[in-house]
Amino acid sequence: MNSSWPVLSTLIFFPLVASVLLVFVRKDLAVRQVSLAVAFIEILLALPLLKFKLGHADFQFVELHQWIPHWNINYHLGVDGISFLMILLTVFLLPFCVLCSWSYIGQRIKEFHICMMLMTSACIGVFVALDFVLFYIFWEIMLIPMFLLIAVWGGPERKYASLKFFIYTLAGSTLLLVAIVAFYVAGGTFSIPELIAQDFSFKFQAWTFLAMALAFAIKVPMFPFHTWLPAAHVQAPTAGSVLLASVLLKMGTYGFIRFCLSMTPEASVYFAPLMIGISIASIIYGGLVALGQNDMKKLIAYSSVAHMGFVTLGIFVLNVRGLEGAVIQMINHGITTGALFMLVGAIYERSHSREIKDNMGIAKFLPAYIFFFGLFSLSSLAFPGTNSFVGEALVLIGAFEHSLIIGLLAVPGALLAAAYMLRLLQKLAYGEPVVEKAKEWKDLNFREWAYLLPLGVLVLYIGLAPTLALKTMTASIEKVLGYIENNEVVTDNERQDLSSFLEQRQLSLKDQNEESEAD
Amino acid sequence: MLNFNPQLIIPELYMVGLLCILFVQSISDKLKDKIHWVPYAAFAGAFIALFSSGQSDIMFYNSYKIDGLSQFFKFVIFLGLAICSANAIRNRSLGKANHADYFFFMFMSSFGLLLLSSTVELFTIYISLELASYSLYILLPLRNNDPRAVEGAIKYALFGAVATAIGLYGISYIIAGHHTTYIHELATMGWSFSENPMALVGLGMFLLAFVYKLALFPFHFWAADVYQGASNETAAFAATLPKLGAIVILVRLMAFAPGVEVKTLLAIFAALSMTIGNLAALNQKDIKRLLGYSSVSHAGFIMLGLVAGGSYGLAAASYYGLVYMIMNLTIFWVITKLSDSGRNVYVSDLRGLYKSSPIMAFVLAVAAFALVGLPPTAGFTGKLFLLNSAWGEGFYWLVIVAALNTALAIYYYLNLVRHAYTLDEVVPAKIIISPAGKSIALALALGVLYLGILPHNIFSLLVRASSYLTF
Repeated sequence: MNSSWPVLSTLIFFPLVASVLLVFVRKDLAVRQVSLAVAFIEILLALPLLKFKLGHADFQFVELHQWIPHWNINYHLGVDGISFLMILLTVFLLPFCVLCSWSYIGQRIKEFHICMMLMTSACIGVFVALDFVLFYIFWEIMLIPMFLLIAVWGGPERKYASLKFFIYTLAGSTLLLVAIVAFYVAGGTFSIPELIAQDFSFKFQAWTFLAMALAFAIKVPMFPFHTWLPAAHVQAPTAGSVLLASVLLKMGTYGFIRFCLSMTPEASVYFAPLMIGISIASIIYGGLVALGQNDMKKLIAYSSVAHMGFVTLGIFVLNVRGLEGAVIQMINHGITTGALFMLVGAIYERSHSREIKDNMGIAKFLPAYIFFFGLFSLSSLAFPGTNSFVGEALVLIGAFEHSLIIGLLAVPGALLAAAYMLRLLQKLAYGEPVVEKAKEWKDLNFREWAYLLPLGVLVLYIGLAPTLALKTMTASIEKVLGYIENNEVVTDNERQDLSSFLEQRQLSLKDQNEESEAD
Repeated sequence: MLNFNPQLIIPELYMVGLLCILFVQSISDKLKDKIHWVPYAAFAGAFIALFSSGQSDIMFYNSYKIDGLSQFFKFVIFLGLAICSANAIRNRSLGKANHADYFFFMFMSSFGLLLLSSTVELFTIYISLELASYSLYILLPLRNNDPRAVEGAIKYALFGAVATAIGLYGISYIIAGHHTTYIHELATMGWSFSENPMALVGLGMFLLAFVYKLALFPFHFWAADVYQGASNETAAFAATLPKLGAIVILVRLMAFAPGVEVKTLLAIFAALSMTIGNLAALNQKDIKRLLGYSSVSHAGFIMLGLVAGGSYGLAAASYYGLVYMIMNLTIFWVITKLSDSGRNVYVSDLRGLYKSSPIMAFVLAVAAFALVGLPPTAGFTGKLFLLNSAWGEGFYWLVIVAALNTALAIYYYLNLVRHAYTLDEVVPAKIIISPAGKSIALALALGVLYLGILPHNIFSLLVRASSYLTF
């Protein structure tokens, strides 16, 4: 099925072409204006995606061309309900990234915007690639601009942070490459839909699952592999942090859903307890460490670890509610954490410090700033009515469906989020101001309103009316779970587990109905 | 029978013509510095080789074979020679030495390599190898006032002599085992240890002579010293072209599908070569020394395709040979242009390169990322082909070692890029690079990207060529 207008290719290659054009733009202001225009045109180019058919589980907007026939490598693109939302998020965030670096980035402005365009291309490529090699190519390309964003425009520790980021993520993905090669030799193709349709032996699945899971777990990042994240976030410029938090981290969880669950379903079931354990560890650990941070960016970075823990938890409880929650939480985290990083960047431009103590007690002087900070903080701690509440509630429902103990273990994570976010918000808004200069700071200007307001609207929109977002993904999620359930009846041992698992599910079905009525 | 057909060996005859001109120039005081035509002539040679592709015949009493593989390698050798000679045209480290001499030996060595890519008889192979090597032994110490150049050259010559002696000794075993030295006859015979142990041991020893050229572990000790000692321009030549000669012979010999013993041994060497090369490169300050160790690790990667064998594995190895040559010539080009007065370049010399020459910094980044094996560069595509073929033949452990080595290698290559792009506190000396130097650098970088993104045409040609080799 080849669609007439190659929407996805356009989305990938337009920023690439634009970045080449940017090389020839001379003035700094013109570079920013052209980038902004490019970002908005990119959104316009994404409009044909709205023809996306809801309720279809198959890939849409498929493009398929031969590339290296000897190894059966194709240029194969397409979106389903899961990647659809991720592309929208990526495209939607680009103009805000340009806007939030308008005055933050003061040197090598042209190169900065070129890096951002390349990032966008690669990120969209990762989400739409349906060929394993193509996927890997985009997955790796993305490292280069991100490395430069941190290494060139980063804070004082940028050398350490950028090297750590690059080496950590590259080391993780080398084994992913081995898994890709193994899949090719075992399945005779690099095509993702074809590989999903094939059955592999359990042993093969287990090894490939581990190889892929390592790469994705580092990207997410999950608990023992998270150490690159705070360093990278703290050193990266605002737009780099936003891209990192909103899009890059999602690639890991996207990979779990697209590859681990779909291609190695038996192994996913087998290793699910391990992954759930790590997820809960991430939630609790991220929350506890965030509680003790004095640097605002570090605090938000650790909160990311905790939030992404919820996402992976939702994925590996392996039921509809959990996965729906996970995907919607991926979007939410992108919006909320992206916005929080933008806010930290905005206050940094005023105070030149990211320490909480240097920015205390500013509610009196910057009411609009604190309004937005409050809104996104509440969203971050999953306050009812905001987007994260929907996601976290769904994940928790999924967790309780899976097992009572796991659900109970995850709940303290939600409480911790309230503790560290409210502590930050309280100090920022009403703390004893340390710096006298705070009086002279100006409240949000038009540019800052322009990128915070849409994100704020989105927070409330998804929080109050999540149905549309849920509808786009449900069909695809059910398809993914279909692979799992087909393969779930493996051994007698597991069959027993399954029966108890089904009992729990029936018990919790009542809650589910109540919840949907409440919606 | 003799079957002499001059049409088929036009590239070789062309090379002989060039050698004659260079010889005349080198003995004439008037002409010895007028060597600016050399790169153009070499480049024209690439086109001649290109037009002579598609032919196939066997001549000189079955010892010289024109086929897809040989013509491909002749094209690549001429191309590499064109870049190397363009690079060396302003070789400042030669001092007042005779420039025509320098190019005479460079071309003579390449002539040996041209012959090597067509020879299909063990003694002819041996003689071509010696022709290529002896010229290189003379070329390496040609560097003004640097004792390290002599040290490197002596090391290379001594070790090289031992390696070729072992190879020659191996031939005697092969003759004893199989009573022939013709590859097309050898190919039909059994190469397992149980059938004919003597021939297999002989083949193993003969392979060592070429493995030495490739700088594979345990014959890798010369690489770093030779690269460091030789002038930048000579190192660029010595690092790339002789390896192509070694690869083409190894491709022909591994097409026998030799016994599992030789393959396993080579696979172990490959794994050690990758790991040791990368570990040793981690802490190098001199870029040429770093590249020396990196070539050790790349030799290991090439072995991946060779031990896998089959038309795909051999094609992957040949493809990686081309990729390896282009990547290294690209990075050597940058180094040579950065080095004022021909001294060695250290990693710290790259600081602030982005400010003084953004184009060179970009080219360096492309080359470094290609050497790591990051997409969309040629390094990635070449490695992917190698990994695919090795995994398909069941060398799982080797593929995993290779993949992990990518993670090892990233540190020192990335360090080059990081120095070039960041650390701009140090104001660099102004580097003046001619427009021609910049445009060739860009062309090389585009070549690296082209081979990475559109490998299909060349690779299918190689698959066809190597499918004739395997039986």
